[in-house]
Amino acid sequence: MADATRSLTDLFGILGARRETVAAASPDSSVTNVADAAYPTKALHKFLASLQALDGPLLLDLGPVVGSNVTFFGEQLGCRLRVEDVAKDIDRHTKEGTLDQLPDYFTKRFTQPAGTVDGILCWDVLDYLDRPSAQALATSLSTLLRPDGCLLGFFSTAEQREPLYTKYVVVDDANLRYRTYPASRPRQRNLLNGDIIKLFKELRVTDSFLMKSKMREMLFRKPAPRT
Amino acid sequence: MVNIGKSVIIKGELSGSEDLTIEGQVEGRIDLKDNVLTIGPNGKIKAEVFAKSVVVLGEVTGNVTASEKVDIRDNGSVDGDIASPRVAIAEGAHFRGAVDMQRAGQKAQQQQKPAGQPQGQPQQGQKVGA
Repeated sequence: MADATRSLTDLFGILGARRETVAAASPDSSVTNVADAAYPTKALHKFLASLQALDGPLLLDLGPVVGSNVTFFGEQLGCRLRVEDVAKDIDRHTKEGTLDQLPDYFTKRFTQPAGTVDGILCWDVLDYLDRPSAQALATSLSTLLRPDGCLLGFFSTAEQREPLYTKYVVVDDANLRYRTYPASRPRQRNLLNGDIIKLFKELRVTDSFLMKSKMREMLFRKPAPRT
Repeated sequence: MVNIGKSVIIKGELSGSEDLTIEGQVEGRIDLKDNVLTIGPNGKIKAEVFAKSVVVLGEVTGNVTASEKVDIRDNGSVDGDIASPRVAIAEGAHFRGAVDMQRAGQKAQQQQKPAGQPQGQPQQGQKVGA
């Protein structure tokens, strides 16, 4: 237990972030460490500002359901929220040995009509996908977004081979808690800036922040059609 | 308070005017507009649900509409859309679908507004403070 706690402490020491609490390792596996720490965010505030002018914006959240986020986006901000946990899709395909079918799956995954979603919280799900799957998901998301709609994506710049997902819990518009939980596969590779821009070639990067948490926060906007 | 036990299976429409706890299985529609519906840990619901408040400890497949609150507890599961002014989802709960808190909240507010007051205006405190 002490070793596990120390290794997590070291990890967050390397990340150099504002650490508040770190939970201990699960007793049944050395790779199911869970952590819970708060970090500042710069892109979330801008993402929320883009939704501010809309009445009941439709928000698509690709992360796992987080009760306090539902309250934050739904009750406080008046968003209509749709939760589509992509990590569960990845886990299911990993378990069934059908990861090669993920690109095709992502092209049909979402049932919302094209151009109807006001904002997408993509978080860091693309880090867990191989290139064809990431491209299929990014293309689907770009199609779903309405003109002038925004997408918030996180991309890790740190080496992390442990199979852990992160739940992003909104503390307020300037702070997030990163809460890790076991994943079926680790992050596949660190996407470079150019790779990310290519994935979302239909969108325009409006802001990009490299945070002390070694996370690149990027905000994309879908250009409005020329009149 | 009425309790539907583990061994009971109901197919069809279920309506009433008192609080209800379901530990069995219900398929169809549940209408308890002025009362609290609790889906117990053993309860399995495949239905459209309408109630004042809904507490989920078991499994619900279908849309849930509540005029006050939907509360999905640890190990509770909802596969469907939720419309309610307040929604609480515990850590460890499963949810897949959409949450619409505004529409339900607006309806409640509009019912309280005197006639002639404009509707559909943004509600104070709903938007992000930049």
